Amino acid sequence: MMKLEAIIQPSRFESVKDALREVGIEGMTVTEVRGHGRQKGHTEVYRGREYTVDLLPKLKLEMVLPDKLVNTVVDTILKTAKTGKIGDGKIFLSRVEEAIRIRNEERGESAL
Amino acid sequence: MRHMVWKCCLLFAIVHVAVPLHAQQSSPAAAPSSQTSPSVTQTANPVNDKLTQLDQRVTAAQSSADNAWMLASAALVLMMTGPGLALFYGGLVRRKNTLAIMMQSFMLMAVITVLWALVGYSLCFGGSGPVIGGFEHALLRGVGAEPNGDYAGTIPQMTFMVYQLMFAIITPALITGATAERMKFSGTVLFLVLWFLVVYAPLAHMVWGKGGLLNASLGGRFPTLDFAGGTVVHISSGVSALVCALYLGKRTGFPKQPMPPHSLVLSFIGACLLWVGWFGFNAGSALASSPLATSAFAATHFAAAAAALSWSAAEWIKNGRASALGAISGAVAGLVAITPAAGFVAPMPALVIGLVAGAFCYWMVTRVKAIFGYDDALDAFGVHGAGGTIGALLTGVFATQVINPIFGPGKAVGGSDGHWGQLGNQLVGILIAWGFALVGTLVLLKVVDLITGLRVTEDEEIEGLDITQHGEEAYNLES
Repeated sequence: MMKLEAIIQPSRFESVKDALREVGIEGMTVTEVRGHGRQKGHTEVYRGREYTVDLLPKLKLEMVLPDKLVNTVVDTILKTAKTGKIGDGKIFLSRVEEAIRIRNEERGESAL
Repeated sequence: MRHMVWKCCLLFAIVHVAVPLHAQQSSPAAAPSSQTSPSVTQTANPVNDKLTQLDQRVTAAQSSADNAWMLASAALVLMMTGPGLALFYGGLVRRKNTLAIMMQSFMLMAVITVLWALVGYSLCFGGSGPVIGGFEHALLRGVGAEPNGDYAGTIPQMTFMVYQLMFAIITPALITGATAERMKFSGTVLFLVLWFLVVYAPLAHMVWGKGGLLNASLGGRFPTLDFAGGTVVHISSGVSALVCALYLGKRTGFPKQPMPPHSLVLSFIGACLLWVGWFGFNAGSALASSPLATSAFAATHFAAAAAALSWSAAEWIKNGRASALGAISGAVAGLVAITPAAGFVAPMPALVIGLVAGAFCYWMVTRVKAIFGYDDALDAFGVHGAGGTIGALLTGVFATQVINPIFGPGKAVGGSDGHWGQLGNQLVGILIAWGFALVGTLVLLKVVDLITGLRVTEDEEIEGLDITQHGEEAYNLES
């Protein structure tokens, strides 16, 4: 099992979600986050006072996947989340030891 | 014969209804016609009886029309404080101080109202001293359905009283823009109550009260033109705001830490409510539903629009963009600047006043504030002090007897009439208002500092005034 965390542009979320549903992803957790990588922020001016806003709004998708689906999902996200501009975000993958469904204590990939 | 009499009556009625000249500052209103009319005699002549009846009806009709407009205007001016100013300021502060600044405006709606009934009205409009009124109308003694001929001869004095009250509420509320995000609630209320008694009441009496030093129509030594409160409301509050900002010191973290407005949507709604409410403020200051009210209404609107454009244009040139905050700030600056001029100038000069005020106030809040480094948090001085001052000066330039022959029929009023000496009077008025506000505010701040203290602790400031001063939060989004 792999955990996938993807930070994406909020504007791409609907396309990513639809594409993921098509490849059979049924569950995900989404959080509104703020941050930046290499992308610089922008400046805002209020009555002559300039503020640099460098933490930009992004969405973080988290999902735990059975190994066989990982490559498909990564490809799907790469394809649909890309705008080609700086600030498109990143994907992180990490190994997951165990998954347990709280309702019936199922374990392993069948709990996903 | 009978036919002729009827015609005369009709003519008389028309002339009476058309007499436009009542204003916060203008020649005293005509007394009700039933007293002055020669037709009131004790003969049994049925024609004379008929005339008397007709006179009474005409007077009653004018009185109801004027009263309707003045009550509506009073409500409009109250709307400027809550919700207008409360939303405008509320949106400009950080989220953690939203309720605190709104509560300050609201508390003034309550506390000034009570004070006004007890002594405030009397101090402003009772008596005829040069500096302050008396206790003649304390506890609203003698204030009822009868008009007060000195100020507004066609409406109940009760209406005049309640209308003027709304000005007394918004003026101290404007100051909270400079003390925002760091002044204690207790200190704020005590300071503003004292400020109302010590600074506002004398200034209002000097400019608008009978016999006041600066009154232009009721025996003032330096007749200063101030139709709706350029000196009384905006210079007084704006200059006091500057003193407060300097005395309190900067907000913790200013100017390094970003402090952007938390909701320009709220500010936007607030500014639009201010704009609409200002019709009551300025056009209502005609104190009658007269052509002068129409003139002031139009001048007010034109100045606001022109100032919104000039502030936006200045911003566009400087930053390459016109911001929403800039446009609404410009409109407010224009409304401030036209306030003293509204009932004295024609529409074209109103446009000029607006254009100048928008650009001037933009320069004040962006450049001048940055150069001196004072933390006038929401620009109460930059908009009201600066806009009020430039407006009071330009009133002296553009006031004309065509709009308002305040010094008598055919007599020149302002510079454009050839009476450039009026600029000198305006300057005296401005200097007295500045001086009064400076000294009064400084003394009161010292006093209040000793009694309740002025500033919250640094920890409280960081946590926010909503929680530390009022025990609640503006936004409980999880609940």
